[in-house]
Formats: sequence, C-alpha cells, structure tokens
Amino acid sequence: MTDTLVKFDRVTKRFGDFTVLKDLDFEVKKGEKVTIIGPSGSGKSTVLRVLMTLEPINEGVVYVDGRPLWHEEKNGRLVPAGEAHLREMRRSLGMVFQQFNLFPHMTVRRNLIEAPVRVLGLSRKEANKRAEELLAMVGLTDQADKYPQQLSGGQQQRVGIARALAMRPQVLLFDEPTSALDPELVGDVLKVIQQLAEEHDLTMLLVTHEMDFARQISDRVCFFDQGTVCEEGPPEQIFKTPKNQRTREFLHAVLHPNE
Amino acid sequence: MLFGYAWDTSSNWAFAVSILPILLQGMIVTLEATVLGFFIAAVLGLIFAVLRAVPLRLVSWPTIFIVEFFRDTPLLIQLFFLYFVLPEYGLLLPAFLTGAVALGVQYSAYTSEVYRAGLEAVDRGQGEASRALNLPPAHTFIKIILPQAIPRIIPALGNYLISIMKDVPVLSVVTVVEMLNVAKIIGDRTFQYMIPLTMVGALYLIMTLLASYLVRTLDNRLPTQGIPLK
Repeated sequence: MTDTLVKFDRVTKRFGDFTVLKDLDFEVKKGEKVTIIGPSGSGKSTVLRVLMTLEPINEGVVYVDGRPLWHEEKNGRLVPAGEAHLREMRRSLGMVFQQFNLFPHMTVRRNLIEAPVRVLGLSRKEANKRAEELLAMVGLTDQADKYPQQLSGGQQQRVGIARALAMRPQVLLFDEPTSALDPELVGDVLKVIQQLAEEHDLTMLLVTHEMDFARQISDRVCFFDQGTVCEEGPPEQIFKTPKNQRTREFLHAVLHPNE
Repeated sequence: MLFGYAWDTSSNWAFAVSILPILLQGMIVTLEATVLGFFIAAVLGLIFAVLRAVPLRLVSWPTIFIVEFFRDTPLLIQLFFLYFVLPEYGLLLPAFLTGAVALGVQYSAYTSEVYRAGLEAVDRGQGEASRALNLPPAHTFIKIILPQAIPRIIPALGNYLISIMKDVPVLSVVTVVEMLNVAKIIGDRTFQYMIPLTMVGALYLIMTLLASYLVRTLDNRLPTQGIPLK
C-alpha cells in the first residue's frame, strides 16, 4: 500500500506568462484517496488535466506507476512522448468532468460501451454487461436507454462516473464533480463517490469545494496555492489545526463565508 | 429549332409552350452543374476545414491562404483561369466540367467556413472526454464531433446549394449551354427575349423554392436527439 502510483517531480506548467504549476512536487500512493482544495487559479484542476494528458507540461517529469507520463526513454534520455506512449499511459487513468461531458447524441448505454468496445476490444455483450453493472452501482439501472439531456445533472454526473469506471482505470480523477450541479442534486453524486472510495481500492484524486465531503472520504487533503502544495496532511489535521496561515485564511473564508 | 424542338411564334402562349421543352433541356444542365459543383464544394470544404484545424502551421497557414484566395477572387476570374489558362499547360477540361469545378472551388471556401463554425460550436469538453476515454482521434472526429456538428451545418450548406444554383448562368460565358444560355439562344434566333427570360426566372423560382423545401425537410429529419442546438 505504500507504493507511489502518481508522482509529480518538479513540474512546471505555464499558460503564456502565467505559471499555473510551479516546481510542483506531489505524490499519490496506490489506493490512496486524495482531495485537492484551494482557491481558484491555484492550479488544482490543472494537476488533473496534466495527469489525464489534456494539458502538456513545460518542465519536470510526471510519473504514473513508475513510468514517465509525458516522456519516453530514448538512449537513456527522456524525450517528449509520442501519441502512442500517451495512449498506453492513459489506459490507467480515468476522469470525471465538472461539466460531465457525456456524449449528447448517444444513449446512456452507448456512452458506457463506446470506449470499452472500441478501445479495450470488448464484445458488445461484455461491454453491455459491464455497463449494466455500473449503472446498477450508480443507481440508474432504468435510465440506460435515455439520452443525457433527459436526465438531471446529478444523474448525468453519475453516468459520467460509470463511463470512466467502465475503462477500469487505476486512478480516477474527479474535477470538481459537483460544482455544476444544483445544490439538491449534489448529495446523490457524493454518495456514489463515497461508496466508491469505501468499497474499492481504486486510487482517487479529487478536486472539490465540498469541504465536509473532503473530510469524510480523504486519506489526505492537499491545500494548493499559487501552483504548489502549500500544506498537506490528514483531513482532521488540515481542517482542525491548519499550520499554514494561507490554509487558515482559505478554510475560514470557505467555511464561514458570512463572517 | 433547338435540341430537335421547333418553336411556334404564332402566339405568345404557343411560343411559351413550344420553348418549354427546350428550356427544360437547359434546366437539366443547370441542375447537373449545381449538383456536381455542390458535391465538390461540400467535400473540398470539409478537407479545407480539417486542414485549417491541424495544429501544424506548415499545413494550416497555406490552407487559410488558399481559402481566402478562393473566396476573395471573383468566380468569373477563376472560371476564365480554368478554361483559358490551364489548357496552355496541357490541362484541357470540357466546358461543363470546368464550370462545375470553378463553382465547387469557389464555394468550397464558403462551405469550409460553415464546417469550421459547425465544428467549433461543439463543446471542447467532448473532445477531452473522448481523449480521456482513449478513443482514437479519427473515431472522435467521425463518431463524436461530426454527428454533433452536422445538424448545425446542414441548413447553412443548403443555402449555398441554392446560391450555387443561382450562379450557374455564369458558366454560359465559357459556352456551357445551361438554362439561361438556352433562353438567350432562343431570343437571338426569334428576336423575342421577354418570354424565354421570364420563363427562366419562373423556373428558377420553382427550383430554388423546391430546393429550400428539400433542405428544410432534410434538416427536420436529421437525428438531433439529445444534441443541444442553440
């Protein structure tokens, strides 16, 4: 359980003149549930997007399961990776998006079987069986033949989670999974994520603004500020006795917005 | 006498009836040029739109230049160039084909913009989700992006189909015997221009109304289930 699965080694990511990630060192162990909190613009979503190979990095090395994500080894040197390498690395990663990003022109079922059939080479029957198991898990068994637009936001996000799980990733990334939802729909989605966290040894990396939730499910909470990990530790410590001044200020502002 | 049909100038009505089959012969040519020109525009435009979006500047910049060039030069110049200049370099195309290619090339500049706008209207998250699921880029384009772009593209493409139809008479300057040219020939021989020209106008109106009806029907029948169209 102590093996490192994800490792950022002095990673810098810039958008033009703006440095989003600054010499970031960051690790996630196998099976660990890590929550990233922090103010907007602190680079927390970028960490996930870099891992999902949606954003390339400028400096440093990211390792997934001991292998460099954005680089390939050639003659003993690390060179920027080609698409084939990224494709292979992506197999161990999955992502749940803030805006769900379901394919609107496909039924829920089609959303869930498209990639397993096309990418993993499953037969339609196998993929369908897998889809039905996952839909049962997220409580949407009877919605399989609907289109995403016919579902509520909370239901759509649960489909999003099922779709990512259908690829059997080692690491599942959640990018503010409940931020686009109406408040009354947040609970169902969090319940599914919590159930996942408790029942599976899946490694989870979650960016969220739901502090109570972060406290419940995380093994470790990381406070990001200005592109780097400002403070990290077990949830109880971070929420009750934050050591860093900026962490204290952030938590105070989030937990007591009216003061 | 044209295409084996003789005209009857005894009365206006008899004249109109007698030249109708002749004009319809021209109309067939007009429709053929429209269909072929539109086909070229639709395919070439998609190729341009895709090449433009390639992240490699070596590819995208020349494409942008070519598209601008086609769009910002008159159809007549392109037509003359294809018809009079290319034969000097050994490429001799029949007049009809030259005309259809000229129409197709000119309109490909417009259709490429239609495709581009349609493709860009598809949310960026769609491509990202597809990438996160490891779907190959070609699959992403054909199965994820394109089906969402097509319902936005069809109505605009339909408008260009009608525009192409209305530009076909330009081909008469390189001797294509389309409907207007037929009417002009009839006028030249009978010294009666009003009736053939009026009939061409009326036939055009019927064709364009019919075409827009067809486009609308097609648009309504497209599978847009679930696609958020704004």
